[in-house]
Amino acid sequence: MSGVRVLVGTRKGAFVLTSDGKRTKWDVSGPFFGGWEIYHLKGSSADPNRLYASQSSGWFGQLIQRSNDGGKTWEPVGNKFVYDGVPGTHQWYDGTPHPWEFKRVWHLEPSLTDPDTAYAGVEDAALFRTTDGGQNWHELPGLRGHGSGPQWSPGAGGLGLHTIVLDPTNARRMFIAISAAGAFRTDDGGTSWRPINNGLRSEQIPDPSAEVGHCVHRIAMHPSQPNVLFMQKHWDIMRTDDAGDSWREVSGNLPTDFGFVIDVHAHEPQTIYVVPIKSDSEHYPMDGQLRVFRSRSGGNDWEPLTKGLPQKDCYVNVLRDAMAVDRLDSCGIYFGTTGGQVYGSSDAGDTWAPIVRDLPAVLSVEVQTLPPSLAEV
Amino acid sequence: MASFSEPRRSLGEGGLMIRVVLPMHLRTLARVDDEVTLEVVGPITQRAILDALEARYPVLCGTIRDHVTQQRRPFLRFFACEEDWSHELPDAPLPSKVATGAEPFLVVGAMAGG
Repeated sequence: MSGVRVLVGTRKGAFVLTSDGKRTKWDVSGPFFGGWEIYHLKGSSADPNRLYASQSSGWFGQLIQRSNDGGKTWEPVGNKFVYDGVPGTHQWYDGTPHPWEFKRVWHLEPSLTDPDTAYAGVEDAALFRTTDGGQNWHELPGLRGHGSGPQWSPGAGGLGLHTIVLDPTNARRMFIAISAAGAFRTDDGGTSWRPINNGLRSEQIPDPSAEVGHCVHRIAMHPSQPNVLFMQKHWDIMRTDDAGDSWREVSGNLPTDFGFVIDVHAHEPQTIYVVPIKSDSEHYPMDGQLRVFRSRSGGNDWEPLTKGLPQKDCYVNVLRDAMAVDRLDSCGIYFGTTGGQVYGSSDAGDTWAPIVRDLPAVLSVEVQTLPPSLAEV
Repeated sequence: MASFSEPRRSLGEGGLMIRVVLPMHLRTLARVDDEVTLEVVGPITQRAILDALEARYPVLCGTIRDHVTQQRRPFLRFFACEEDWSHELPDAPLPSKVATGAEPFLVVGAMAGG
């Protein structure tokens, strides 16, 4: 029987949750790297036992950990992230130029075909790549070297490159998103980039339709339709059908269009999920009700999914990297909260149950769908 | 301030055996249970000790001082002989009791909540 492995990054360590295809009984292992912030960990689709984890701390800086056995054991690999050439400046909160300074790795995206190749999105925003299993990391400077770089400014959480989406049909195309610069696309393997923010509108910046400056929270893609992207912006759910050349709003009947996560059903490219969050600054579910909203039409028409989720006195947040889907026949959806719960649904969101309730604040959730040869539970 | 006049204990190829105490998380990374002993050649300074420490335990590169600037991470402190050496120049000589191995060089994580 196939299985699933849920990789959970938290404020105080990493956890690995495993189950068989029924997804009713779970084994919880961890904490790994106890006491460290694990912004993100993710497995290679080319080799599911190859995992990468971003381990950081205010005291000791950044480490990258690698596992070759599905998370049972880990080894630190390279942690040197040095900007290419003279780093230059971006815009600081007060509008003054501020030198680019590496702070941490927000997101790790393994190559779809090579377990030794992975991308790292970092704060201050830049994209790095390793081709030797994480031993060495080199910046792809064309992104930061885009003419708009000096205008990028941090969101409240920092100037983080938090989203990396690889096109499974075109190895030279990828999408990234930065808070608060916006979304960018490369069509030449990362050498050159262009902003893809046409159609986004953000009233919080001087020119609401500016080429850059939008606070994009997350982008999701279904691998069968790589030109269709869904975006949770600071406010607004957005959709593009032309790989980002133009976006249109599909927030529709959501109770609020603020939120962080967005994801796509594994087998239904027009079925998408968000978790609306009250803002500005509250950043918890509306009315104390934790609700996932699902659209089966690619946006605009949304239905609340509540069965098994707390419907009163719930004031947690769901951060941008904390939702994922598995690829089993009955698609599983998972998300983690800042209250330390990881919820799972094995029926595409119709019903939910907590897998674990009392972890440290969850920063990220990723899922691996394992073939029978690798499923252990 | 501690004395610099005590004789050094020279071992091996003229190096001195220096004791270094690391905070728990760095001991875990370096896979050591207790203080470490390093042979350091030349004047005993913060830089010389950290260079030797990182050469012995490469996993610690970047965790105590920045990869590029080589500056001490803000939430770490360097103590020796019950004094704070964190703000001294990295090439300033450390007390002779550190050089002789009588006292350790301590890398200390600042107390902070959260």
